[in-house]
Amino acid sequence: MIKITEKPIDVQKVIDTATSLGAGAVNVFIGTVRNTAHGKNVVWLEYEAYESMAVAEIRKIIDEASHRWPLLGWAVSHRVGTLKPAEVSVVVAVSAPHRRESFEACQFIIDSLKSKVPIWKKEVFEDGEEWVSARPEGVSATYN
Amino acid sequence: MMKTLRIKAFGITRDILGGREVELPLNEGGTVGDLKAQLASAYPGVMELKSLFIAVNNEYADDTVVLNATDEVALIPPVSGG
Repeated sequence: MIKITEKPIDVQKVIDTATSLGAGAVNVFIGTVRNTAHGKNVVWLEYEAYESMAVAEIRKIIDEASHRWPLLGWAVSHRVGTLKPAEVSVVVAVSAPHRRESFEACQFIIDSLKSKVPIWKKEVFEDGEEWVSARPEGVSATYN
Repeated sequence: MMKTLRIKAFGITRDILGGREVELPLNEGGTVGDLKAQLASAYPGVMELKSLFIAVNNEYADDTVVLNATDEVALIPPVSGG
């Protein structure tokens, strides 16, 4: 299951989707919204996705993970829209025969997602807003 | 004949281009590299980004890819999902 959704993520459903009878390990990564960035309070985050390409890129990542580790099940769900601190932004779940490959595959999937999948977030502070990582360090001026 | 390329913009590029979709003229045989040069001249703000990739039909495309008016083209500024 690959899902890009505006609705709150049902974490248990993602886990259940990834679970397999032959698995001895289910590994889950849950990404949440931090309440601070650059020493300032984050009021909310705005996520947007290029949905059709995001789904295609996640599928490629899963295909590569399945090639490298003996995955028995997997599911990825990413939230878009406005998220407040502590809300869940992404859930990755994988199941495998043993824990080591489940940890490695889960980390590979979330790391690849963060570096390749066309999803963006904007931090909204009390005094401005900023697209995360868009500009080189040091020139990331906050603009209103 | 000059054709038009419709380009989707996401994240910070939507702010720089001033909309979710813009149109730019496409020369016969124009490539992704040519499009990047056109963008840099029409929208200098894109030069300040840490990186800018172009996606063609939902795939990252390198500078040599030739563009057609029917392609789905999108600007991919630095991603920050998760």
